[in-house]
Amino acid sequence: MSDSAGVKDVQAGKAPEVKGTPESELSAGDRQKVVTPEYMFFEAPRERAFITGSEAAKEAIRRSNVDVAISYPITPQSETMQQVGSLWAEGYVKEYFRGEEEIGVMSAIAGSSRAGARSMTATAGPGLMRGMEVIASWPGGRIPAVLLIMCRVVNAPLAIQPDNVELAYLLNSGLILLHGENQQDFFDYTMKAFIISERPEVTLPVAVAVDGFFVTHARGYVNIPSKDIKLPPRDPYAEAVPAMDNENPPARLSRDAPIQKSNFISYQVHASWQQEVWAANERARRYINKYMGGLIEVVNPEAETILIASGSAVSQSREAVRQAEEEHNTKIGLIKVRSIRPFPTPELREACKHAKRIIVPEFNYMGWLHREIVTALYGHSKAEIVPGPRVYGGMSMPTEMILQTIFPNKKFVF
Amino acid sequence: MSFKNMTITPGWEKYMTKEYVDLVERGPYGKQKKVSEMGSFKEVLEEHPMCAGCAMTLFIRLTMVGLPNPEHTILIGTAGCGRLALTQTSIPFIYGNYGDTNAVASGLKRGLEVRFKDQAKDVVVMAGDGGLADIGFSAVMHSWFRKERFTTIMLDNEVYGNTGGQESGMTERGALLKMAPKGKLFDKMDMIGLAQTSGVAYIARLTPTNPTRVASVVRKAVMIAREVGPTFIQAYTSCNIEYAIPTPKVLDDAREIESKRYGFMEIISDEAKAYLDSIDTSKKAKK
Ligand SMILES: Cc1ncc(C[n+]2csc(CCOP(=O)(O)OP(=O)(O)O)c2C)c(N)n1
Ligand code: SF4
Repeated sequence: MSDSAGVKDVQAGKAPEVKGTPESELSAGDRQKVVTPEYMFFEAPRERAFITGSEAAKEAIRRSNVDVAISYPITPQSETMQQVGSLWAEGYVKEYFRGEEEIGVMSAIAGSSRAGARSMTATAGPGLMRGMEVIASWPGGRIPAVLLIMCRVVNAPLAIQPDNVELAYLLNSGLILLHGENQQDFFDYTMKAFIISERPEVTLPVAVAVDGFFVTHARGYVNIPSKDIKLPPRDPYAEAVPAMDNENPPARLSRDAPIQKSNFISYQVHASWQQEVWAANERARRYINKYMGGLIEVVNPEAETILIASGSAVSQSREAVRQAEEEHNTKIGLIKVRSIRPFPTPELREACKHAKRIIVPEFNYMGWLHREIVTALYGHSKAEIVPGPRVYGGMSMPTEMILQTIFPNKKFVF
Repeated sequence: MSFKNMTITPGWEKYMTKEYVDLVERGPYGKQKKVSEMGSFKEVLEEHPMCAGCAMTLFIRLTMVGLPNPEHTILIGTAGCGRLALTQTSIPFIYGNYGDTNAVASGLKRGLEVRFKDQAKDVVVMAGDGGLADIGFSAVMHSWFRKERFTTIMLDNEVYGNTGGQESGMTERGALLKMAPKGKLFDKMDMIGLAQTSGVAYIARLTPTNPTRVASVVRKAVMIAREVGPTFIQAYTSCNIEYAIPTPKVLDDAREIESKRYGFMEIISDEAKAYLDSIDTSKKAKK
């Protein structure tokens, strides 16, 4: 399959054709010029804005040629989907409504995506838990869609604070899971998620997670291209399974494998279907490498002590790395994990070859990233893999906490 | 467009299965077939594994004849007996999670409207009473309140058939079923009343005793959903297994229940009525 299969080779700067519609009736979205993903991601001139993560998500959606967006409020996500609502009112998103609750929303996304429409929604914590039955069924339905997750505590007790334990529940679902560090990541990953999700050999939902409040409500610098350009539209006829629009011969009537018998053929069908979902998940690597610069980012690769983190823990770790070097004269390595699924197992094995000590700071109690890393490196590294430091329930992570783990013999106050 | 897609490339006819060739040459596409013509055209429903003599099967078969535009219809079902037949139709069928039908249909219909501005695509939900009145209740009600433009057909066998005969909200009070060992303790849910309250444009209650009526009700419901708003058909489709109805007596039972408590009923909004009248007059004008 050629590298550009499924992505229309639209020339940068060429206005989209909207047949028969007079200029005055064109929506804001119709007026945007379709550009290639490559142009959007790497070539388009960008300007620096100082915005919140929610605003960064909004700006990404504005440029993503979204057909259907479905919302349901939950802190700290609500602001994003409210802003996507404004995009619909302005004409950048074609269809938008507030669903009845998350099972309904996630099911409606399954419907609109099957209709061949580019679809997205967003949720957080208890909302993700409520939608879980449906979300876990998207990969098997080979549903291309984008789910934004603004992580918060999972009840009980009730809290709205940042804590990313909810991502642990997604690890075995088959969807692609990206974890952004900051506002810039939230902007970039969201746009890239649509393109990766709709690749013919991928055809899977992509979740883009960030840590609530730290990213969604705080401002950061984000470089963004002009709002006059947008990504190419989804092409539902260049995907792994047919769209359910009745534009296909009825030989493939039931897109969802009709496995309703108990016999060896049905077991075999289900088994191979699962294998294919996970193989598709692995095939996304190629596009994560191409569009996102790899599943991991490595800082100070030669260091013997390496921090491995994802999400906001990366920002805190960067600062700890800087302080370790400037104030304690020690070079510490840092690996930022961008993609949780597919997991960067070979990349980590390579990057941790020289490591003697690996430290995994996390924003959750049970340490899902630590477990993933231990599994990936087992038998491939002699390094001690330190579980933590960890904060949860809404706490922030002082850099001193990371430094204390790096330098156990020194005393840090935090 | 889709009928064009399914026609066989010249020269390939001999490699296609008989069923497929029949479907293309003698299927219901592009012409509204009548119940009286059954047997003389290739129906969209193929062989299926539902229980012999099941009234639900008969009802589904008649529904397929009633569809005004099968080549542009998408069916949505869910866990439950009906799906066993619905997957065997030559119409795209979506099966997601139990009870999700009306939420999926909302997204599907809106997505199709974004993509197909000049071609109506009919979305039809067919699910059991448990699927719609119990687990899917919230999605059903909200799709009605939001005025989503698709048809909901409840295959009301008054029991959870597929899981082996437990009570549902649509079971009659007092019925002795699994999980209701003392008999059901509350009344059958009034989904017709709820449909009215939520502003459904066309509501019908019926049994399969009058096949022509089934097809005509389905046709009206789908047409009104296309142009006016949500439509709901509640159909008594007995479960002969769980209610121990001897197979040859299935229609006798339907007639009896119909006369006692499941009489034919149609509730049409003014707007829907005006629309039906308008297609009637335009048809007459053509003649
Ligand atoms: C989330 C979930 N809960 C429960 C089930 C089990 N289940 C499958 S079919 C069914 C009953 C179907 O009853 P109904 O909807 O009335 O349809 P019928 O089989 O009677 O036609 C149930 C409870 C399921 N598949 N998914
Ligand atoms: S269990 Fe009942 S409803 Fe289901 S197929 Fe058999 S007779 Fe029909």
